[in-house]
Amino acid sequence: MAFAGRNGSGKTTLLRIAARLARPSSGAVNFLNGSGEKFATPPPAGFVAHATMVYDELTAEENLLLFARLQGIAKPAARTERLLGEVGLMDRRNSLVRTFSRGMRQRVAIARALLSEPPVVLLDEPTTGLDPQGARWFAQTVRQLRDSGRTILMSLHGESEVSSLATRAIRLDAGAVVADTRTGANFRSILAFANA
Amino acid sequence: MALLSNTAVLLGKELRTEFRSRELLTTTVVFILIVIVLFSFTFEPTSDESRRFGPGLLWLAFLFAASLMLQPCFLREQNNDTLSALRLSVSDPFAIFLPKLAANTLFLLLTELFLLPFFAMMYNVPVVGVLHWLVLVFVLGSLGISIAGTALSAISAQARMRELLLPLLMLPLLTPILVASTEVTKGLLDRAPYVQWKGIGFLAIFDMVFLTALWLFGEYLLEE
Repeated sequence: MAFAGRNGSGKTTLLRIAARLARPSSGAVNFLNGSGEKFATPPPAGFVAHATMVYDELTAEENLLLFARLQGIAKPAARTERLLGEVGLMDRRNSLVRTFSRGMRQRVAIARALLSEPPVVLLDEPTTGLDPQGARWFAQTVRQLRDSGRTILMSLHGESEVSSLATRAIRLDAGAVVADTRTGANFRSILAFANA
Repeated sequence: MALLSNTAVLLGKELRTEFRSRELLTTTVVFILIVIVLFSFTFEPTSDESRRFGPGLLWLAFLFAASLMLQPCFLREQNNDTLSALRLSVSDPFAIFLPKLAANTLFLLLTELFLLPFFAMMYNVPVVGVLHWLVLVFVLGSLGISIAGTALSAISAQARMRELLLPLLMLPLLTPILVASTEVTKGLLDRAPYVQWKGIGFLAIFDMVFLTALWLFGEYLLEE
């Protein structure tokens, strides 16, 4: 599901509420299971934002180990190693994150968000600042996540390779849904909205 | 159990990043050393005068050092929004505060213990006989400063004028603990040293009350 809209339309706020990082002033975010029933406890969500949410002063491996241990993941070292391999950072595992390019940092961010194998992944303008190669890698990763059955909510700033993966497009304005579609001509116009 | 293991993991991170950069410890040690050396020139460091001014001067230097240490405590978590990552990773928000205040107390204590011999030497004040009591006051005082300071650092980090806000909030709140710490230290550095139990009791109660308040209401301090 992709959210589009002007700056300040509420995309980030919505995703932060969904991640339970912020409280809504009214309303609620509910996650439904495959049968349309509400989860009693919201499922854990992996959150990737424009800010990397990892420590520059730690290495890629130290960052992932830290968050894996905090989340109580069994065999954190093995999980960290697997994810570092998946995001293509195995050879830089012992380098400090502050020495990484924007694209590499975002790979660490993705790995951090996927540590607990969350069923829901929230992406807040994740491709901002990525070069075309980085954006392509990111789109491939999102495709893999989607194909593995995860629910993905992403806010986007214009049409991109990542936005083409969306199956539902929502346009927000001043905190309200002004358009919501799954198909049709309107679909592309919503996703291209920020560039319009 | 999760609280303790998360605290241990995050304390390890705090220590690793500090000992890797030595940013806080170096700044504060140099700063306190300058204060102690400068003041040693302003009055005759005879034993009597030192005993009169020494405790206040010592705790004033510790307060400034604490301000330097506490400012970046939560500010560093804002740089890459790592605070959000921590909030998503731990179930109990107190697990975010506990390692931070433990690390702040430890760093402050290390600074104090490193500088105590310099203070004793430059101000001609014997401390060996009361060292264990001084360590107790330093622990209780530093813990109080760290608990209140860490909580206020979390509040001020989200404000617009954060650099100004922390000292503004911290100084009035820490006045009672500074007065008590200075009084107890004064008694210990006296020609006939004595332990001011009332002051030590006050410090212990202050620490317990603020720690409990942080445990109960810490969650709200991290909210957006």
